Amino acid sequence: MSWSDKEPMISVRNVHKSFGDFEVLKGVSFDVMKGEVICIIGPSGSGKSTLIRCINALNDINEGSILVEGQEVNDPKLNKLELRKKVGMVFQQYNLFPHKTALENVMMAPIRVLKEDKKEVEARARALIKKVRLEGKENAYPGELSGGQQQRVAIARSLAMKPDVMLFDEVTAALDPETVGEVLITIKELAEEGMTCILVTHEMGFAREVADQVYFTDKGLIVEHGAPETFFENAKDPRTKQFLSQIL
Amino acid sequence: MDDLYEWFRDFYHTTGINLPFIYDSYDRDRMIDGFLTTVELSVICLFLSVVIGIIGAWLQGSAFTWTRRIVSGYIQLFRNTPPLVQLYFFYFAIGSALPRVETEWGGQAPMLSSFAWAVISLSFFAGAFNVEIFRSGIESVPKSTVEAAESLGFSRLQIYWDVTLPLALRVVLPSLNNNLVNLVKTTTLAYAIAVPEMLYVSAQIWSDNVNVPEMMIFLLIAYFVLVGILVWGMNRWERALKIPGFGS
Repeated sequence: MSWSDKEPMISVRNVHKSFGDFEVLKGVSFDVMKGEVICIIGPSGSGKSTLIRCINALNDINEGSILVEGQEVNDPKLNKLELRKKVGMVFQQYNLFPHKTALENVMMAPIRVLKEDKKEVEARARALIKKVRLEGKENAYPGELSGGQQQRVAIARSLAMKPDVMLFDEVTAALDPETVGEVLITIKELAEEGMTCILVTHEMGFAREVADQVYFTDKGLIVEHGAPETFFENAKDPRTKQFLSQIL
Repeated sequence: MDDLYEWFRDFYHTTGINLPFIYDSYDRDRMIDGFLTTVELSVICLFLSVVIGIIGAWLQGSAFTWTRRIVSGYIQLFRNTPPLVQLYFFYFAIGSALPRVETEWGGQAPMLSSFAWAVISLSFFAGAFNVEIFRSGIESVPKSTVEAAESLGFSRLQIYWDVTLPLALRVVLPSLNNNLVNLVKTTTLAYAIAVPEMLYVSAQIWSDNVNVPEMMIFLLIAYFVLVGILVWGMNRWERALKIPGFGS
């Protein structure tokens, strides 16, 4: 099941989302091609997290359209399982299952959700744990791992479902500075292998390094976007400039 | 063994302390039966009440208003009325309304025995509290952990069984423990509908032997030991479920 390179893998059109009276997203549109790495940056409360949570239907939207490999997410009859097989997500707070070991965390969804063979899943899970450089920690519980290690288990857990696209929601925001790097390396490797990634991040250096496109959101709108070189060097919009001057 | 029985018979003659359920084979047999009935009643009710708690707490999370209303109606009814009244209600009101069945000797007998009614009544009684206990534990599970499972494609039932319930269980074990201890003690109410459990048998023995103080002391010790075993088992279970780095 591989998506063609011609059509956008994810197509977001005029998405509106409100929590009560507060409109978080005020008409957001963008496309993601297969293999692309998209970074979404912007001030707190600008709707970045909400936006990517809408892509895998953790939040529903009020208006607009989100197509993931042609499947409409804004559909009351949405088959969430089909969507979530395609879209992996990693959270700021890791959200591992605390009562399962690292290996079990990675194995659980393929066995329970995809009903795959336990032996095959275990082999794959061990390979993934090795890939995120946590060999030897297979039997550790999340509570015994550092934040950075937990986050890498979380990445492996998502990858075990063989998603076509990965969503990263401020995945380094809760980490100690010295462990941020190890998580970013893992994501960078994924990006280089051709995984389609959408990242919400505050790591500007990282965005500049890995992103194909950088999107800047403010007050529920995409203000500006571009390839990282032009975006970071020649931002046009005053809001972008102001934000970048505060951060960089 | 016979020496021991004789010793207790002599003990009675020399001290006046009468323990016929040890030395008298007839009383001994009925006491053993009574003890086993209490154990059987307790174990079945413990199991069923926990099952009711788990299912009830699941139904309370239902999207259907009426399902939630029925569950909370059940909890109110069984929590706000005395268990003895419930037992009488089941046995006399519902039991007498049910058709009678023919026995093997051609006589008539109630469809359900008093033991069966005790099981039903006490399980629902303790189950109502267990629903509330499990619900409190479910509420303690972070929403973000549930979301992580959702994003991996778990269904609502899978999330409950694989994530929410195991985590909730660890939180609620102390209060579950309390309720189950109460349940074992409440099985003595079955005396009121002539279930030949330990208290009922003791009453028969003290009527025949006029040794009320001895039987009372025996009952206290017997329940103390019985509940002690349950508490010991629950504590062991609590330790076995402990996860490194989770909880306290």
